[in-house]
Formats: sequence, structure tokens, C-alpha cells
Amino acid sequence: MSRLRDALAGRRFFVTGATGFLGTALVERLLRAVPDSEVVLLIRPGRRATPGQRATREILRNDCFDRLRGELGASFDDEMARRVAAVAGDVGTDGLGLDDAALDALSRCDVVIHAAATVSFDAPLDAAVEVNLLGPSRVAAAFVAARALAEADGRAGPRHFLPVSTAYVASTHQGEAREELLDANPFIVDVDWRSEVTAARRQRGDTEAESRRPERLARFSKAARDELGAAGLHLLAERSERLREDWVKAQLVEVGQARAQSLGWPDAYPYTKALGERALVAEYGDTVPLTIIRPSIIESALAEPRPGWIRGFRMAEPIIISYARGLLREFPGVPEGVTDVIPVDLVVAAIVAVAGEALLTPADEYVGPSVYQVASGVRNPFRYGRLVELVSAWFLEHPLYDTDGQPIVVPEWSFPGRGRVQRQLARSSRAMGMAERLVGSLPIRGKQAQWMAALEEQHLLADRALGYVELYGAYTETDALYRVDRLLALWERMDADDRAVLCLDPAAIDWAVYVREIHLPSVVEHARVKTTPGKSTKTGRAERTRKAVLSPDRHLAAFDLENTLIASNVVDSYAWLASRHLAPGERVAFVADLVAEAPALLALDRRDRGDFLRSFYRRYEGAPADRLRDDAFELFHHLLLAKSFPAGMARVREHRALGHRTLLITGALDLVVEPLRPLFDDIVCARLGEADGRLTGRLEQLPPIGEARAIVLAEYAGAEGLHLEESMAYADSASDLPMLEAVGFPVAVNPEAKLAAIARRRGWLVETWHKAEGGANPLLPLGPVDHRGALDRGRTSPAALAGRARRLARGVTR
Amino acid sequence: MSPRPGFVLDVDSSTPPTLFWRGERLSLERLPEGSRVVYPPEPLDPLEDPSSAIRHALLHPVGDREPLPALLSAGMRLTIAFDDISLPLPPMERPDVRQLVIEQVLDLAASAGVDDVELVCALALHRRMTEAELRHALGDRIYDAFAPNGLLTQHDAEDPSNLVHLGLTDRGEDVELNRRAAESDLLVYVNINLVAMDGGHKSVATGLASYRSLRHHHNPVTMRHSRSFMDQDRSELHSANWRMGRLIADAGVRVFQIETTLNTDTFPGAFHFLQKREWEWKAKDRLAYAAASAALDRTPARVARRIFHSVRAPHRMTSVQAGEVEAVHALTTEHVWRQQGVAVEGQTDILTMGLPYISPYNVNSVLNPILVACLGLGYFFNLYRGKPLVREGGVLIMTHPTPWEFHPVHHPSYIDFFEQVLSETTDPVEVADRFEEDFATDPWYIHLYRTGHAYHGVHPFYMWYWCAHALEHLGAVILVGGDTKAVHRLGFRAASTLTDALEMATDVVGPSPTLTHLHAPPLLLADVT
Repeated sequence: MSRLRDALAGRRFFVTGATGFLGTALVERLLRAVPDSEVVLLIRPGRRATPGQRATREILRNDCFDRLRGELGASFDDEMARRVAAVAGDVGTDGLGLDDAALDALSRCDVVIHAAATVSFDAPLDAAVEVNLLGPSRVAAAFVAARALAEADGRAGPRHFLPVSTAYVASTHQGEAREELLDANPFIVDVDWRSEVTAARRQRGDTEAESRRPERLARFSKAARDELGAAGLHLLAERSERLREDWVKAQLVEVGQARAQSLGWPDAYPYTKALGERALVAEYGDTVPLTIIRPSIIESALAEPRPGWIRGFRMAEPIIISYARGLLREFPGVPEGVTDVIPVDLVVAAIVAVAGEALLTPADEYVGPSVYQVASGVRNPFRYGRLVELVSAWFLEHPLYDTDGQPIVVPEWSFPGRGRVQRQLARSSRAMGMAERLVGSLPIRGKQAQWMAALEEQHLLADRALGYVELYGAYTETDALYRVDRLLALWERMDADDRAVLCLDPAAIDWAVYVREIHLPSVVEHARVKTTPGKSTKTGRAERTRKAVLSPDRHLAAFDLENTLIASNVVDSYAWLASRHLAPGERVAFVADLVAEAPALLALDRRDRGDFLRSFYRRYEGAPADRLRDDAFELFHHLLLAKSFPAGMARVREHRALGHRTLLITGALDLVVEPLRPLFDDIVCARLGEADGRLTGRLEQLPPIGEARAIVLAEYAGAEGLHLEESMAYADSASDLPMLEAVGFPVAVNPEAKLAAIARRRGWLVETWHKAEGGANPLLPLGPVDHRGALDRGRTSPAALAGRARRLARGVTR
Repeated sequence: MSPRPGFVLDVDSSTPPTLFWRGERLSLERLPEGSRVVYPPEPLDPLEDPSSAIRHALLHPVGDREPLPALLSAGMRLTIAFDDISLPLPPMERPDVRQLVIEQVLDLAASAGVDDVELVCALALHRRMTEAELRHALGDRIYDAFAPNGLLTQHDAEDPSNLVHLGLTDRGEDVELNRRAAESDLLVYVNINLVAMDGGHKSVATGLASYRSLRHHHNPVTMRHSRSFMDQDRSELHSANWRMGRLIADAGVRVFQIETTLNTDTFPGAFHFLQKREWEWKAKDRLAYAAASAALDRTPARVARRIFHSVRAPHRMTSVQAGEVEAVHALTTEHVWRQQGVAVEGQTDILTMGLPYISPYNVNSVLNPILVACLGLGYFFNLYRGKPLVREGGVLIMTHPTPWEFHPVHHPSYIDFFEQVLSETTDPVEVADRFEEDFATDPWYIHLYRTGHAYHGVHPFYMWYWCAHALEHLGAVILVGGDTKAVHRLGFRAASTLTDALEMATDVVGPSPTLTHLHAPPLLLADVT
């Protein structure tokens, strides 16, 4: 017989936090292990998905449900549709944001399980307060409202409330922490939770205000510019706003941690959870029948739904992976200390069993709020030293591989103090930061720039590792022992059938088996790290991305020209065209002038590309248009083609062959790009006005650069019925970001450092294209000597143009 | 002293090391005793007075043709076609033979009152010549008189309006020709016959044709049945061109063929030692070799290339004949053989050759890997009559650095051919079946061919077909000193030294193989019995 499951059969459960790690496992077990049970899930509507869609996508399609799907076979979808309902709501808002229908659904549930929390240990204080501190009370308030609604209807309404807390609410003091309400714990400082809420909310307001001070804003803008370069107003603004938000968040995390530590908790998570428990008991302890569940550190499943099942990258995983990568050489902790880890399925079983007992208990026998702790430390202690031993032995046997395919040997662990580890990490992080700044200031692109991006990534990882040590160090140094007497008493009361299905006894864990055969393989699999020797998986990733880019399903491929397809620029083209018909003596003077003003031109280009082009193109004023058009073909075949990237040209044609539309978007002049016309379906470029067969030197419209490119691209795609999310953009510089970000498949070509870093972070395809070795490589972009000599040089000659150029050049440099 | 004929040297213990070309570099290699070295004949004495020889040829044509003045009349339409940059090799010192011949043709035309004259460069699917190259071939006077008025054009095989389809041969081969040339009252063709393959009906039928026409004989099957294409009696390439040439004549196109032959005086001044026999090197030659090879070894490849490509050969004219195509070409072929023919007895297990920096398709450019293959397996391998120098299943060893380098302006389709085609297959038939049409009709390559200085999109395929006979015949090809990746892409084996290569070759041909070295350039034609 199975007393508990019989009590639970056919009941309906209201679950919050179902998209989380614990929540998903809980919902799965309720549906699989409890006959005819139903669940109502409180889910926050996503930006593009209804709660129902999120439930299907994020919960039912998780591999957690593979077992149930296998058991049910074809009837899975129907059965889930019948037994699972989702209602919109958010534990971060008062009243949970429930509409009438949702409240009605809640009123028809028997048990309410609150598993939603901001579990990250570095959540901003106010977010942790809203969710962790106020969340349980809000759910309890909804519980009361739903019960009133049901009673008005003559129904019983929800009977029991199970909020999930954490064992660490008892702080990390030495000694035993019993399964009792916090009011009974003499070590907890008595603070008023209401004033903590007010203070946290005020802190948010103050920090927001501080972040908007002009000096701060200027700093964010500068940082954005440093990062992106001349990426255009919109992108810079967007980036600078992101930096401001990040800064606010970082401030609030720091404040939260400081406040928590001042009260004796390691960080904001247990602090807010603890106050949440107290607020709940104080406000609803008398009116809502409730039992608090306090698990310790929840890790991958021991057996249910399958050994090793885990969701998300959690607390211990990043640490383990950092260690296996050789990044984290040491992690603080005492070898004799107890690491209190508990597999998720034991926690789920405890929740289900407690719910079953609660339903079996008549209302008049309920004696008030109580606590169950689900932890392993007392019943089946797992020493930190043993953990480290198992982990390093496992990685010696199953090493990760670096990008060269060499196995990474994990370091010996010397159980240092936290201070030493922090110093070591801070040192390497500083060194990398310096190298990064140095390399970043060099004018590099292509492979070197990618190397720079790799350096930045290492820096990021080192920083993150430092963060782990700061955050989690306290947990490995915990000496607290979380007693589980009530849990074990519950286990004793359970009959054999219930025990078979709802194993919650920590003694069931064989730690060596758990670490070696269950947890580490699962962690490594989820971390998507390199576990086989041989060439880097990065090439595999690039190969996959390239394949996606070259799928026939794509619509449009837009290309930048300069340094994306051709290693040349508007100044080269101009110099070539203007010197095409000069006498040898004049050529020298012309080149000298152009070289002299190069720095001024470069500076202007960096400041504002639009201004640069506008002012530079004035030099074409008075140039004979037809002659330039003829010369442009020679320019193309002699200079531009010689400086082209053959792989790039081949890529354009590959896209065309795949049926993609190809578009060249460039700030170069129409007459210069004319010889490229057969390569593309369309060309958007700069065009100079023309009067009496001569160029005016004035642009007819804004050149397609910076943000204008994104707009041109969007307009073009719109007019042609093409979708940008199915399109590619190829460009080489951060100033092309607006165009790159506008499409679904951006490709960075020989990226300069800033773009290389961005491309790497966002997983964009990076192509390294070279000029063909073997082409002519003229030092100066000069046209060939005109053999026609002085035959037709006269009033119409571009010598006048060059003269003008020289005068202009002198004007600029002065 | 009259020039000595070519001969075959048997290497013994007293033989000095043999000169090997390695692109823009040189080396001396000691060949195993018992090896043979085939030396070309010495340069023939040139015609003493080329101008009068030309005049004589124009006035005394051979075959069924009247003297040129009788063919010229006022009001007629005259087109003069001439060979392109691929001939001669290296480009000759000024004045170029083409200039000498065309100047006289133009003089005669002027005296006859012909005023509709156009010059067409017969480049087929080769790259267009640059202004400087045209000036070099034709002289400034001709260039300045014709080019500015649009009367000097380069054949455009992709301009449908300038092509005319003359019909099909009895084998169903399309004959499509340059319209101006085909519709002229007289087509004068000015040729330079550097090797036995050049000239004859091939001048017009190939030089002024389109892809539609060329594909009938520029394909793997034809090339495998041209043994060799230097021997027109046993060359399917020539049979097809002759069928087409006869159809062109039957269609009423009157061709006045002028063919010239040059001697093999190939290298000037400081490089003269390159065409002398090693054991006859004097102190001056040894010094020149030491200086040149040491300097070249220390010079960046790009600079060495520029030095070599600025070499202008002191070639001199040894014969000129004009008139009806076939009669003219018979005489020309005799002259070529007289200069280049060498009798060789029996085949060899291993054939070695040093590949120079130049081939017909990289004048002022780079000898890219595909051209390396074509120069060795296409041209040098085929410098035979009778039987190939190397036996069937034998090994060909070539020395060349074979860098992974391409000229982006001249050889854009080669780059893609190397990346996209040879990475998939090196079998000429499969290459043709799977890839040729896409490259040949690619609008971008056509655009670059027509408006720039690019070889046609299909040209790298022809280079590969040129190798088809050798690829079928040989047991292995080893490239010494080449870029390993590029050599492997070609489907060849890479060795770092000649000794290693010989060692590797014994895996294919067995121990104690026979070895023959082809000592070219200067060019020679082996008459193998």
C-alpha cells in the first residue's frame, strides 16, 4: 500500500517557479509518480510567449520529461494537455498579478508549492527582496484570497502551503541548525523585515538617481565609445544605457552582499530567504497552514527522472568547470569541512511526501507552521577534502582539452585560505587586463584581433572565477550542520511502497558513485566543453555557423566594401584616379601632399565618417565625369582587384548561386564601384552630383554609412519582401555594427579588435580573408604612367583636378 | 662555326652537376651515373636581313595564294590578326617580330590604297594585353595610329555581336569566329611559331574563336588523344583545328598566313650561361651562375620574379613564310624541328625537369600551382615525337617552389578552381563533367575577361586538360622543393630534395631505374625512337 500517494492521488497542485531547476523536477514527479494528479503552474508571460507556450517549451520539452514521455508514448501530449494548466502571474508583484480566472484556478487547487526564487547568489538586493523576501507572503496572500473565493462557492479551497526556502537561512555559524522556525534560532539577529524592504527599495531609487548624474553618464558614454568606436549614435546610446543598467545592478549586488554580511549571512540570497520566512510566519502563520522546506545546495539527480539530470548551470558547476579548465587553480575550503549537497530528486521526494502528510492530517490536528530540512551533512556527511579528491581524480582520468587538443592537467589542491586565492586570481586578472589594453590600442585586425578577443575571453573567465571565490567561498567554509531529524521521522513513517517511489533519505547517496558516475559526467556534458583530443571545437562551431549562413533558406547577403571585400579605401581610389594623367614630376608632388595630410584625414575619418566622406569627396569638384568613368575601370582592374580578397568575391557569388539576393552597401563613389556591378544584384553607394559633364563634388544624398546602412538595408529588404532575420551582413569594423546587428546572421570579416571582441562574445561567424599572394603590391596607389603623354592634356585635363587637390590638401593640413 | 645540334649526354663520374631551374631560382644537381641529359641544339644563325626576308615572303607566297599586293585593293576590308602575349617566351627584345611583319603588311596596304584596316589581337580566351604590352608587340607607331581610333582591338570571345557562326564540321564541331575577321575581304594572320604546336589552322581557328567552338577540342578526351600535341600528325587537337580551318576556308574566309620561326637564343647577357652546357662553362659562366643563384636565393620571391619577368629574350628570326595556311605551316614546322629537334633512343623510367619561372600564361605574372602543373605535365612532357621520353607508368620529377600564389587580376578563376575544384577531384574527366560549364558561363569571370586583364573562367580547366595525357601515362609525379600543401592539392607528391625524390620514385618504378633529364629551356623537341 502507498499511504501518501493515495492521499495525493487525483489532487491538484499549484506550483510557482516551475521553469526552474527544482520546479521542473517537482512538476515532472507530481505528474509521473502521483496518479491522476493535476498541476496549475504560475508562469510569468514572456516577451513573445504566453505562459502556456512557456510551459510547453521550457518545462514539458525539457529532457526531464523524456522518461514520462517514454512511459506515456503517443498519449503524452493529450495527457499533459489535460493535467497541466498554466496561469499568468509573477511572484514579484503584489497579488501575484492573478486575474479572476487564475485566482479561480488557484482556488481549485489542494496544495500550493512555492518554488520560485532568485537563486543566483549575486542578485541585486531589491530583486532578491521582491522575490525572495516578499514572494512567500504574496503567495500566501493569494492562498487566502483563493480560499475565500472557494468558501464563498461552498468549496474547501487550497488546504496547505509549502514554501521552499534554504537551509542556509540558519546562517553559517558553527554548530547544529535544527528544523525549527527562525524565531526560535538565537543566532539570528532580529531585524524588522519591513524596514529592510523599504531600505532596499530606496536603495534602488538612490542608485538609479546616482547613475543618472552627468559625470556618471559621461563615463558610460565614454566606455561605450571605447568599446564600439564610431558605431553611430543609436548603438552608442543603447550600449551606454546598458552600461548604466549594469552599473546599477552591480551596485545593488554589492549593497546586498554588504547588508547580508553585516547581519551574519554570506550573501543576499539566504538573507532575503530568511527574512522571507519570518515575514511569512509573522503575517500568515496563524491563517495559512504551512510547512517550510529547506534544502541545502541542490545538485543533479541521484536517480529520478534519471541519474545526473540537471537543469541550468548552477552554483557548483561553473566552479568545477573552471577548475577542470585549469583556470581556477585553487578554491578555498577546509578539507574536514562538510559540503552539504543534496540531489534534486531527494528534495522533490521530500516536498511530495510532506504534501501527502499534510493532506492526511485533519485540519484540527494542524499545530502551526513547521520546518523540514533536506540536507545530507548530518545523515551522510560528505567531506570537502573527499570531494576535491574525487573531482581531481576524475578529471585526471577524463581531462578537458584545450583548443590545441592538448589535455588540461588539473592542479593539485592545497586547501588555501580564501585570501590567498583571491589575491592570486586578482593578480592574473590584472595582468590580463593590462595585456588587453595594450593589444587593444594597436591598430590590428584579422587573426591578431581575434587573438585579442581570446585574451579578453580569458580575462572574463578569470574575473568570473574570482567572483565565484568571493561568492561561494563562504559556503565551503561553512561549519554548520543541518539536522534532518523531522525528515528522517517522516521517512520512518512512510510505508515501503511510498519509500520506493519517494526516496528522500540522504543515506541513499554513495558519494563516490554520485560524483564520479552521476554528477561530473552530467556537468561536463552540460558545460559543452571539449572532452576529446584533436582540433578545436571552435572550428566546428564556425563550420556550423558558416553552414547556416550558406543555407538556401536565407534571403539577402549585404556586403561592406572597404576591408571586407577589398583592402583599399576612398583615399587610395582618389589618389589613383587623380594621378592617372599627371606627368611624372607632378605625381611626386601630389603623393607628397597626400601623405602629408594622411594623419589629418585619418583623424577626421575616425571622428565622423560622414563628415569625412563629404569633405573628402569635394576634391572631385570639376573632374570630368566620363573620363573618370573610363579610368575607374582601369582603377578596378589594376588596383582594386589586386587588393581584393578572392575568398570574399567567391562568397558573394556563392550567395548568388544559392539564390540569395546580394547587395553592396558602401560609402565609395558610384563610378568607382561600377566595375563591381556584375558581382551584385544591387549596389547602394555614394553618388556625386554632375553638371555639364563635370562632377560637383557634392553628394546627392547621405552616404550609406553607420546607421544609415541599417536603415538602407531595412528599406531594401522591406521593398523586396526579404526578411532581415534570414539575412547576412558582412563587414569589418565596429562602425558597421548597425548593419551587422540588423540582420540574423552577421559575419565579421578580418575584424578590427573591437569588432573581433564583439563577434566572439556573440558567437558571430568570423572570416579571415586574404589578398591573393602573387598580385602586384604597389606601395602607393598611383595610376600607371599615361603613355598618351601630353597629347590630350589641356583645359579638360585632370591636372587641374590634382592642382585643386593639392590646394585643398594644404587647406586641410593647415 | 655553325651551331651544334642537340644531343644526349651520358652522365659519368666526370660530368659536372647539371643545372636545374626552380622557378625564379636555380640549382646544380649531381645526377646518378648512367643518367642521360637531353640538350637542345644551339641557337641557329638568324636571317641576316629579316626585313627583306619578310618582304620576300609576302611577295612570294607558298601554296595556292597570290602575292600579298595582288590581294590588296582600295575599298577592301582588311583585318590583321596577330598572336598575343603568350608568344614568344620570354618576350623578345624590341623590335618584336609582329611589329616587323605588320609594318610591312601595312606599307603594302597603304600603297594599294586600302583604308579599312583593323588589327585584332587573337587572344582566344587569354587575358587582354595591356597598353604597354601591345606597344611592345606592335611598336608605338602602329599603336598610336590604330589604338586611339578604336582600330586596334582585342578579340572578345564573349561578345555575341562580334562573333559569327560559320557552321559545323563533319564531326559536328561548331566554328564560331571573330566577326570582323570572318567578314573581311582578307584576313592576314601574323604568327610567331615558338613550338611545334603553334600556328597552322590553329592560329585562326583557335585564336579568334569562342568558347562554343573551343570546347570541341579543348577537353580531356582530345588531349588524351594528342600524343603529343607537338606532333600535329598524331594530335587530335590539330585534327580538330584542321577540320575547322578547312571549314573556315570553305566558308569563304580568305586567310593570308604569315608564320615566323625564332632561334632559341633565349637569355641575354648575364643570363647567357643558362643556355650553355655545364662542362663548357668558363670561369665567367661559373661566376655568373654563382652570383645569380646566390643573389636569387637572397632575394624575396616577388623581387626575383620582377627581375626575371623583365628579361627580354634576344630571339632572332630564322624563317618567315607566307601564303596558304597548310603550305606555310609545313615549312614552319620543318624550321621548328631544325632548331629544336633532338634524337633520343628509348624511353626512361624517370624523367626529371627543372621548371622555369615562365609559361605561356604568366607573362608579367605569377606561375601559380595550376600553371606549374601545366608547364610540366602539359608542355614539357609533350615535347616529344614518337613516344614520350618517360615510359608508361614511369615517374616525372619536377623542381619548382610551387608557392600557393595567384595573380588576382590575371587568374581570378584559377583561385576558385584551385580552392573549389581540385579540392574535390583531380581527374580531368570528372573536373570537366562536374565543374566546367559553371566556370565557363560565370558572368563575373566573363566580366573580368571582357573588361579587365583576366583569363577566361574556363581557362584553368584547359590547363588541367593539357595535363590529361601525362596524368594518364605517368605512374607518379613528384615535385621537388614545392609548397607541400599546394603540391598535394595538385595530387602530386612533395619531396624536399632531388635525392629524396629519386628514392621515392623507386617505390613506383623499382630499384636501379633509368633516368633522363630534359635540359630545357632553351626549348627542345625529343624525337624518341
